[in-house]
Amino acid sequence: MSTDVVTPVVQIDDLSISFATDAGAVKAVAGVTLTVNRGEVLAIVGESGSGKTVTAKSILGLLPETATLGGAVLLSNRAGTATRDIVTLDKKQLRAVRGADVSMVFQEPSTALNPVYTVGWQIAEGLRAHNAKLTRSEAKRQAIDILRKVGIPDPEVRVDYYPHQFSGGQKQRVVIASALVLNPGLIVADEPTTALDVTVQAEILDLLRRLRDEFGTAIVLITHNMGVVADLADRVAVMYQGVVVEEADAATLFSAPQNDYTKKLLDAVPRIGQGRVRTVERAAERERMRVSRASEGHVDAPVVEATDLVIEYPGRLGRKGFRAVDEVSFRIAQGEVLGLVGESGSGKTTIGRAIGGLTRITGGSLKVLDFEMNGFSERRFKPLRADIGFVFQDPAASFNPLLTIADAVAEPLVIHGRAKNPEAARKRVDELLEAVQLPKSYGDRFPHELSGGQRQRASLARGLALEPKLLIADEPTSALDVSVQARVLELFAELQLEFGFAALFISHDLAVVDLLADRIAVLYHGALVEEGTGEEVLEHPQNPYTRRLLASLPVPDPAEQAARRGLLASLQENSRANPAG
Amino acid sequence: MTTELVPTGHVAALPPTKPGFFGRLPVLKQLRQSVGLQRGMLVAGLVITAIFVLVAIFAPLIAPYGFSQLRDDAGAFGAQQPPSAAHIMGTTVGGYDVYSRVLWGAQTAVLVIIMAVVFSIFAGILLGLVSGYLGGWLDRVLVVIGDAIYAFPSLLLAIVLSIVISGGQSSLWGGIMAAALSITVVFIPQYYRVIRAETIRIKAEPYVESAKMLGAGAPRIMFRHVLRNATRTLPIIFTLNSSEALLTLAGLGFLGFGIEPTAAAEWGYDLNKALSDVTSGIWWTALYPGLAIVLAVLGITLVGESLNDLADPRLRGRKRVKQKEGTMSLTSVDKPLPSETEILEENA
Repeated sequence: MSTDVVTPVVQIDDLSISFATDAGAVKAVAGVTLTVNRGEVLAIVGESGSGKTVTAKSILGLLPETATLGGAVLLSNRAGTATRDIVTLDKKQLRAVRGADVSMVFQEPSTALNPVYTVGWQIAEGLRAHNAKLTRSEAKRQAIDILRKVGIPDPEVRVDYYPHQFSGGQKQRVVIASALVLNPGLIVADEPTTALDVTVQAEILDLLRRLRDEFGTAIVLITHNMGVVADLADRVAVMYQGVVVEEADAATLFSAPQNDYTKKLLDAVPRIGQGRVRTVERAAERERMRVSRASEGHVDAPVVEATDLVIEYPGRLGRKGFRAVDEVSFRIAQGEVLGLVGESGSGKTTIGRAIGGLTRITGGSLKVLDFEMNGFSERRFKPLRADIGFVFQDPAASFNPLLTIADAVAEPLVIHGRAKNPEAARKRVDELLEAVQLPKSYGDRFPHELSGGQRQRASLARGLALEPKLLIADEPTSALDVSVQARVLELFAELQLEFGFAALFISHDLAVVDLLADRIAVLYHGALVEEGTGEEVLEHPQNPYTRRLLASLPVPDPAEQAARRGLLASLQENSRANPAG
Repeated sequence: MTTELVPTGHVAALPPTKPGFFGRLPVLKQLRQSVGLQRGMLVAGLVITAIFVLVAIFAPLIAPYGFSQLRDDAGAFGAQQPPSAAHIMGTTVGGYDVYSRVLWGAQTAVLVIIMAVVFSIFAGILLGLVSGYLGGWLDRVLVVIGDAIYAFPSLLLAIVLSIVISGGQSSLWGGIMAAALSITVVFIPQYYRVIRAETIRIKAEPYVESAKMLGAGAPRIMFRHVLRNATRTLPIIFTLNSSEALLTLAGLGFLGFGIEPTAAAEWGYDLNKALSDVTSGIWWTALYPGLAIVLAVLGITLVGESLNDLADPRLRGRKRVKQKEGTMSLTSVDKPLPSETEILEENA
């Protein structure tokens, strides 16, 4: 840059945004002032509804028609020669700015790409939009060039591939390539790694870091994941209720947060090793119970016992079926919490559904409460369902929107004949709501009138209504904000202590599992690669995949995260040499 | 881990907007939501439809003559009389009073609409629900039958049915049943398809899976969890089908398969008889029944289309908001857990 005084890429000044909704005007952003300098990564963190995405989208003028803006968003081009106020631009001027001066990377790469065009065509589309005279071969040459830069192997061939021919991480690379092709000074990345597995996330974060270092591109990173922030950001702005409550460089923010909200947000992030003490206590307690019962002549059968469990989904005619679970053996003792960890497609949800009788098993043996699930019959299994509770991933979707919370929680009681109708079950429902720390009056509300965390608590109440011997929780907190997650996990632990149920806790997040689980099982491509106590698996992982998974998990501490990056790089090197994992 | 996030600033939660009983009724709810042109369309449609229904109910009181009346105390009306004080819309070629027959015609039209929709809606919903939820061969057979019925022109079906029911010429109820049943046959697949598609979507929703996990049986899941969630779009199809039913009835009458003038007044029949009048400059016999058909269909269609637009948040218009207007909604953080005492207080 030739000028001495470096203009910032974007300067947001007293930005306020209101939306017209059915319930009247809603303010999303109230007076935000932010600056992004050249070649800098600014992370905007906050929980859902804090206004972070809306703020970032206003930089591209991408807000829906129902929004009204106030204040100014001054965006300058890459050379720093021209500065324009996005708020005042008309549609045509906005089109000229988008892509050339600022572009966007979306959360979900599989929906951000159009499935009926080749990736090369989609990258070239941005080029053509800004230069009508560009020839086809020149556009393709540039597309190949940019694909190479974002690390797609064989770009000359792959440029003609369709999106479905790429993996999730590669798709996100393509999305980044199309954002980068006009070499804008600023990229807005809205949760760019949330939809990706943690090992892939590490690679994408590496790529974004390279953008900053090699291309000098400034990045506005929107995320709720403090680990990602620690890994990538130079400066952090914490948003809460539409205002920036704290802004500091990353190292300072993590080491010495000033604002109360920031402190609580950082405290709520689960870290590996936190649950260790409690786990050891619980294991000792269980052992005492077992010994005392054994002395009375009881031998406790395990709640779940899987031996060489195989689950295959049938393929299309003439094709081989897909083996989702491959000869997995494990057992859950009474009162024990088994954490099942794995990335998407590892078969963890399939195992949970098989235990719940929603998916049929195709081989091996799976005994649930001494009932053999191989050769499953719904009629014979139904009485046992009273002893199995289930908590689903998305609390918003797992409640019938037309039933009140009390009716929904009463469902299991009515179905299994413990109560004649929801009204008769109300007393028990009130007890359950109290047990999950919801006021009784919430029973009369409809699911949409509760917040995410409250809904998940109600979901726990429903799962526990019949005092089950086994609770299956499938990613119960992954749809929740981190502070809410912390409290739901805490509640889960308390209830487990109180009711003493055994649990299968399914999650992709090692730190979350570590908080609750007595033992952890790691799944990889349908096979169980490692199993043991939290200490064994997380402190001394034996399997290379577990090690890679652990190293990929970003920790909310910039200094430690920098050190971990080196470790991860060497592990990835090893896995490339020996991909069998 | 034992943290409780307390909102740092003072935050005004959105005031709870609890509409009253009337505000939650299907059409009135949309009326409250609508603004601008969309509201104008909906109101116009509602007004026209209301007039249509009121006329049908009070036709015996409003109409100066009966629908098959040819003479009064002053003698016969006479054929093709131009509008006058005694017959404000003139008389038809058969010597009936046009004004009276237009009013009475509304009654026939409303009866056909109600019967056609009532017959088809129950059968369609039940079939759609069962076929969508259970799937398998039943589903496949029903889909094929539905598609086959779609392939028939509805008017042709209606003609066949009216011949089967009443030999082509008919009494009031014979004619109404013929029209209503033929429309029913065509409409059942429509309701069936919509409900089936919704059922298949809802079947995969976690709340249905959760009911399955709890051990609920298929009938309980279908009627408690799926049915009520699947009926969202019905008011829209209901209104759109009503106007189609009305047009089919008029079409039948126009083709000569309608209701005898001595049995009931029917707009399509009157139009048919007015065909030859138009060329000889007698405009009133065709204009008024035609206008009645257009207005009734327009009113119902306006309601249906507005409901359709308002049901979709992307098509629904909203009032513009001013800068910095509005309250901040409490979305960011789950409310802090109520303390023990708070819960006790609230439960007391």
